[in-house]
Amino acid sequence: MAKFEVNGRNVQNRGPDDAPLLWVLRDELGLTGTKFGCGVGQCGACTVHVDGQAIRSCLTPVSAIDGMKVTTIEGLGAGGVHPVQAAWVEAQAPQCGYCQSGQIMQAAALLSANPNPTDAEIEAAMDGNLCRCMAYLRIRKAVKLAARKGARSGPARKAELRS
Amino acid sequence: MNRPLLPNPGRRRFLIAAGAAGAAFGFAAAAEAAVSLGPYSGAAAFEPSLWYAIDAQGIVTVNVVRAEMGQHVGTALARIVADELEADWDKVRIVHVDTDPKWGLMVTGGSWSVWQSYPFLSQAGAAGRIALIEAGARMLDVPASSCIARKGAVLAGKRSVSYGDIVARGGLRTGFTEKELAALPIKPAAERRLIGGEFQARDIPAKTNGSAVFGIDAKIAGMVYARPVLPPTRNESKVVSVDESGAKAVPGYRGHLVLDDPSGTVPGWVLALGESFVAADRAVRALKVTWENGPTAKVSDADLQARARALIADEAAGSLVVNDPGVEAAFAAARSKIEAEYATDAALHFQMEPLNALAFERNGVFEIHTGNQWQSLILPTLAKALGRPETSIVMKTYLLGGGFGRRLNGDYAVPAALAAKALGKPVKLVFTREDDTLFDSFRSPSLQRVRMAFGEGGQVTAMDHAAAAGWPTEVMAPFFMPKGANDRPFDPFAISGANHWYNVGAHRVRALSNDLANRAFRPGWLRSVGPGWTNWAVESAMDEAAHAMGRDPLAFRLMMLDGAGRNAGSAPNSVGGAKRQAVVLSRVAKAAGWGAGLPAGVGLGLATTFGQERDMPTWTACAARVRVDRQTGEVKVEKLHLVVDAGAIIHPDGARAQMEGAALWGLSLALHEGATFRDGRIQETNLGDYTPLRMSDVPDLTIDFVDSDHAPVGLGEPATTVVAPAIGNAIFNAVGARVRRLPIRPDAVLAALKTA
Repeated sequence: MAKFEVNGRNVQNRGPDDAPLLWVLRDELGLTGTKFGCGVGQCGACTVHVDGQAIRSCLTPVSAIDGMKVTTIEGLGAGGVHPVQAAWVEAQAPQCGYCQSGQIMQAAALLSANPNPTDAEIEAAMDGNLCRCMAYLRIRKAVKLAARKGARSGPARKAELRS
Repeated sequence: MNRPLLPNPGRRRFLIAAGAAGAAFGFAAAAEAAVSLGPYSGAAAFEPSLWYAIDAQGIVTVNVVRAEMGQHVGTALARIVADELEADWDKVRIVHVDTDPKWGLMVTGGSWSVWQSYPFLSQAGAAGRIALIEAGARMLDVPASSCIARKGAVLAGKRSVSYGDIVARGGLRTGFTEKELAALPIKPAAERRLIGGEFQARDIPAKTNGSAVFGIDAKIAGMVYARPVLPPTRNESKVVSVDESGAKAVPGYRGHLVLDDPSGTVPGWVLALGESFVAADRAVRALKVTWENGPTAKVSDADLQARARALIADEAAGSLVVNDPGVEAAFAAARSKIEAEYATDAALHFQMEPLNALAFERNGVFEIHTGNQWQSLILPTLAKALGRPETSIVMKTYLLGGGFGRRLNGDYAVPAALAAKALGKPVKLVFTREDDTLFDSFRSPSLQRVRMAFGEGGQVTAMDHAAAAGWPTEVMAPFFMPKGANDRPFDPFAISGANHWYNVGAHRVRALSNDLANRAFRPGWLRSVGPGWTNWAVESAMDEAAHAMGRDPLAFRLMMLDGAGRNAGSAPNSVGGAKRQAVVLSRVAKAAGWGAGLPAGVGLGLATTFGQERDMPTWTACAARVRVDRQTGEVKVEKLHLVVDAGAIIHPDGARAQMEGAALWGLSLALHEGATFRDGRIQETNLGDYTPLRMSDVPDLTIDFVDSDHAPVGLGEPATTVVAPAIGNAIFNAVGARVRRLPIRPDAVLAALKTA
């Protein structure tokens, strides 16, 4: 029975402990902002943060995150709008939007570790996130916008420090 | 080519609510819609047409019958209404409606949405404006002629009354005859306040915080999860036996269903059921199903291509889409000729949201909750599958995690509905990515033969183009097929593009349905449909012809884009004809530096198309700059320039986003995507083998729009049509290697280099 924290809330998994975190989030906890895309960790739609690191929740059994802190797209802004989310709107990045939760979580983790990434660093970090609408130009633009506006010091970061 | 019958923009669009203010026709349903963007007061409304209502708070609710799948279509369509209505944009609410016969045809595809909607939504907006000005003038006690409408209010000098107050007072005129509607004063372009300019799409914020609701997110208490166990072939497989002994050990397993489908949509299907998706997924892996394979279980790409080649060789086969007299005479008299064969491999939709549907019966109505692009097409099939009238089935609307044509074919809703009926409880069917791929109605492989005849001075005197592929429209919507000159039906979405706007003398276009493909899989409409691959042949052949005649490929094309005869264009959609295509081509060549020297191994290539359809031409041109590695055959696209003339642009930033995505789709289909059909199914079922473009593959991209007040046309697909041939032509210009198959693989470039 894995116990972990999701967006600041303590939860206990009631299903099988080898179930992927993705489906526990979506079907057990009702956090449907995290998406199912490929199921093999190669599209990035299911990206969430575990202890601040971007991971693919479709491949992560809940047993592996026992005692850890999970942040999903719903919790990224910690009640407000995270600077990465604001940049995504400003750049009008999403088209269909299905991959964007994962893109945003990936970008937020990147900027948290590297506040001023180069183009090559952005590509290296974001290349595992497929956008089938191919909104890549705007995703890249949004990452840069967020970097310029200091995504690292955004509300999510503050929330982490508080908790 | 004749346009197939499209939604009738006739009387039903302007059925006026019979009562005065407070008519709530359609409003209750709208309040429940899953996709609703903006404030909602729930108050009584004024509905001057089916397409929008205004309540006593002045909230304008625009009913959008098109699916939102990334094109921000609700924003664009609501801006059209709001502009003519002189509404306050901050008080406009957008509702993507559920199915109801009152909406008429519900389809989102073909890059049609803005083009088809603009005329009637403008009229509807103008009708409301006129009615509000009349009523507002009465409240202000001035003649209507002294009033104007601005930002949700009627103004007379410094006095004003808001739309909300006018609606609250009531007594609005709610009827316009067709004649009056046709005569309504649509504003001139200079008076547009909401069309054009910079504004944000309404659907975007919810797509950044996890609150956007897609079909896969739909749920209801008590639902059972299901995942399919797919048969070996798309058609004609039969279940022989199911051994569930292994599945019984899966926690949460709830049994399985062998589907009995009166509609014939999902033959040979078994569904594994579970109390969660994880349980259903694991049960699929544990179930042992044996099938009697369909007769196509051994069909592979080579068989499909052989069938296509035989059809092309049989000059009596197929439908004559263009059939000028004198083709054979021109070839007989030609000074020289060229002939080439072009091929494209299968291409997958691979929309990010795997197929899914939630189905259940409630209050005597069968509800299907899923994202879909062509509800009117699948509803009759659902009725047949469920054995109940269409009037007792409703499709609830959700955001689509990508459409790209996959969800024009609603076949995935059928198994969910059948299972819900069989179990008597809600069923949530979710495909895995591999299931989604195996059940894809992918873009058929194609084969084309182009012949061209040349007379004195290298002038083209005849062009003969035959194209064979699986025909999605024949398989799924045969009523949509027009007839060719020889009275045989053809799939317009498997030949458009071949009927180009070049003056090539005697022109013949022959469309061939690959019957083996139609049987072995379900061919689908994929972003840019026919023009996405017919132009691979047309624009490669144009370049080959130019080089064969020793002409500059730009000048050669411009000479034929003379706007003469049938290529002169006509009002309202193709005013200017081929001359507008010549403009975008000239502009893109200039922007890309056509004619300037380039380093060794680097080449610039051109291509131009009319987008999707002759009676909705989106004039499009591309210049691609590539670098080719002679040792490895690898092609690196360094830069893409595109110029497009799509008439008036409603939502400029959204239009640019569509161009960006469509152009990169073109690049992805040119170099990165191609699937293998072997032993009756697609082999590349996930991202390990199927490799759409990633961020690091994105080249420098420049997109220019021609300023225009012409009728707005489509933008979702046209950019996809030009990129591959521009790349192919650039490769030739870089290293002299002519490639004729998509996707362009390094080994094909190396092979072509040997014969260069």
